[in-house]
Amino acid sequence: MSLFACLLLGFLIICAVSVSVTRSLLSAVIILMSYSVVMSVLWILLEAPDLAVTEAAVGAGVTGILFFLTLRRIALIDRESKSKEAGDGQDI
Amino acid sequence: MGRISENYDSSWQKKFSDWMKNGWDGLDENMAREDTAPNEESQEEQTDLFTLKVREDRERQRDVYSRLHQWSVTTGARRIRAIYVILSLFTCAAIIFFLLQAVDGLPLLGAADSPVNNEVSRRYIEQGIEETGAVNFVSGMILDYRAFDTLGESTVLFIAACTVMILLRTDVGANGRPEKGSWIISPDQSDGKPDPILKHAAMFLIPVILLFGVSMVLNGHLSPGGGFSGGAILGAGLMLFLNAFGRDKAVRFINYRVFITVIFTALTFYAGAKSFVFYTGANDIPFRVPLGTPGSILSAGLILPLDICVGMIVSCTMYGFYNLFRKGGF
Repeated sequence: MSLFACLLLGFLIICAVSVSVTRSLLSAVIILMSYSVVMSVLWILLEAPDLAVTEAAVGAGVTGILFFLTLRRIALIDRESKSKEAGDGQDI
Repeated sequence: MGRISENYDSSWQKKFSDWMKNGWDGLDENMAREDTAPNEESQEEQTDLFTLKVREDRERQRDVYSRLHQWSVTTGARRIRAIYVILSLFTCAAIIFFLLQAVDGLPLLGAADSPVNNEVSRRYIEQGIEETGAVNFVSGMILDYRAFDTLGESTVLFIAACTVMILLRTDVGANGRPEKGSWIISPDQSDGKPDPILKHAAMFLIPVILLFGVSMVLNGHLSPGGGFSGGAILGAGLMLFLNAFGRDKAVRFINYRVFITVIFTALTFYAGAKSFVFYTGANDIPFRVPLGTPGSILSAGLILPLDICVGMIVSCTMYGFYNLFRKGGF
């Protein structure tokens, strides 16, 4: 396997570990989205362009947005004004 | 509804309904019986004694009830919890047992006679173009050989959309129908002015994204992509449009009615077309949808319309999900 694919696979492993270690739900969602992007590049390397397109659109796009909306709906991400009141630098 | 019988007051139905309403009270019943013979002086002391006895009875009963209640709160809850844990462990063990047994029945990895190595996959590759007319094998497989699976997937999406609507929809009136004018933004619901940077970026991005999605849906049988991925791209483009230009512009071309109509029509067309094909195929009726020349846009029989159907379902569902998650309505 080429060096590029190995690098991407290593990045996948790092993403998978860090998404379970991180304490902030917002960054967990962002890590999930980056995982999907890397995975779609890997699908292209594995010559499965159909899956790559679907992974990029659904995994990195729509799922992340729906997660963000859910987090906002259960008030884990608040509007900027409230988060400024609560103080910066805190884990959401 | 039966008629009320004459001695209803003393029948057990009356007692039962009273008991259901108020709880059984022995004292009241006996007091009532006492009222029937109030004039007998000799009986008064006796009835007093009787009343005392009933009152004692009642207190004992209350004591028993409270202890029973306490038992159910302290010990009973713990025991039921223990039973629950044991039952769930047992269920897990049973499921694990059956699944392991199923794994034991699977063919060995790489065995020559395993079903993975049969003629099906070779046939897909060798005769796929002749039989489905689609240059893209994946589309031919998804929408022709295994179209029934795709119908199930679309139905799952539809059911998910229905469930999200039931759970998250807030713009409905008391009778469950959308209120008149509910799509007009109330002042507290509007999300302010859209970001100018987002707006200008979206003006360049949205046509590209939407055209890419449409071409991916329409070229599903010729190039990578197809209904699902193209629909997801279209849905993402619609979301971007909604965010950049605001709700009252988006609602002009897609609202609740359009959402429901599109999903319903596409699913019905899909199911109808595939049932037609299954019917003719199963009954040896010599009718085939013309396949055309592989490689041209109007080819591959039913794959193109079915791709369009799936694309419409997916894009509408994604957009509807976004709307419902965001505001609880369109």
